Amino acid sequence: MPQLAAETFASQLIWLAITFVVLYLIMSRVVIPRIGGILEDREARIRGDLDKAEELKADADKAMAEYESRLAEARASAQGIIGEMKAEMAAETEKRRQEIDADLSKRQAEAESRIAEQRESALGSLDEVAKQATAAVLERLTGKSDQDRVASAVATVGEGR
Amino acid sequence: MAAGGHSPLEQFEIKQLIPLNAGGVDISFTNSALWMVIAIAAATLLLTMGMRGRAMVPGRLQSLAEISYEFIANMIRDNAGSGGKPYFPFLFTLFFFILFCNLLGMIPYSFTPTSHIIVTFGMALVVFIGVTIIGFAKNGLGFIRLFVPSGVPIPLLFILVPIEIISYFVRPISLSLRLFANMMAGHTMLKVFGGFVISLGFVAGWAPLAFLVALTGLEIGIAMLQAYVFTILSCLYLHDALHPGH
Repeated sequence: MPQLAAETFASQLIWLAITFVVLYLIMSRVVIPRIGGILEDREARIRGDLDKAEELKADADKAMAEYESRLAEARASAQGIIGEMKAEMAAETEKRRQEIDADLSKRQAEAESRIAEQRESALGSLDEVAKQATAAVLERLTGKSDQDRVASAVATVGEGR
Repeated sequence: MAAGGHSPLEQFEIKQLIPLNAGGVDISFTNSALWMVIAIAAATLLLTMGMRGRAMVPGRLQSLAEISYEFIANMIRDNAGSGGKPYFPFLFTLFFFILFCNLLGMIPYSFTPTSHIIVTFGMALVVFIGVTIIGFAKNGLGFIRLFVPSGVPIPLLFILVPIEIISYFVRPISLSLRLFANMMAGHTMLKVFGGFVISLGFVAGWAPLAFLVALTGLEIGIAMLQAYVFTILSCLYLHDALHPGH
């Protein structure tokens, strides 16, 4: 079995040591730093990209929140304006109504007083008309009339009214 | 049975290419040394060529290099814990050295350095001695706890401690034998069935040829698997050295 030929051992071990050390130096000095560097770079790049994306997302969220708050603000102010206008219009309407009411009651009072006046004057002249009518009736029936008695009779009747 | 008078073991013969001698010790550049050099050259070429572009989005070769890097890194993290990180370059080298020696050995007329027990034992011994030194350096004499399973009744310890000690010292042998035996057995099988193909000729040689094709696929799988097994066991030994408490 050639594997047991002890005279070849020294040479095999020497060359194993030489080649292994050379490969070790190449790997540890060149290959591993190179691959490790690339992997680290890539990881850093990916992490950087993710960070940037997160940042942009935060910005977008912030803009969205601002937009929402502005919108809410605008809605609130619109509601305020609408309420104000409603109140203003209600006040205006109320004022106008009161004015009209006042005007109407004034006119009503005037009309009432005029009616009362006319009624008063109508009632005043009623006595005179009654006296003249009574006197005329008495003259036709009796041929004479006593002015004073007619007046007192009319007044008596008028009191019973 | 050996076709043309060749033994199936003939492929493991060490041949001197450039005879060298240092102080009476034969350190000749042999076919084994040549294939080790080719293996490290191929590994270097693959990993540096792949990373040449240093692209943010990797191409095929770069992906391969990155995947192997992460594969070994994860293997160490999962099996040895975060304390295993400083030994990453060594384990990375170990994996690629064994992988390329094994895989290049599958090329016809090539030589597989890892089919020699002295090579695998050399690597296993480096791992064993290294791990033992790390164990004592990190834990001092507390490393002895590795041999004393916790929560075991005292009388049982008289049996268990020797077993633990023996199993610890058997590690370099099992580690090196596993790789060496797999490589040698695989190559011997391939050679034997190759011999069958020749000796049975055109008439009946097709059956062993078909088997040979399947076996070659299996051997390529074993070449990768054994590189993985050697590295992951080194990780586990490293874990014991870093965390000796059972």
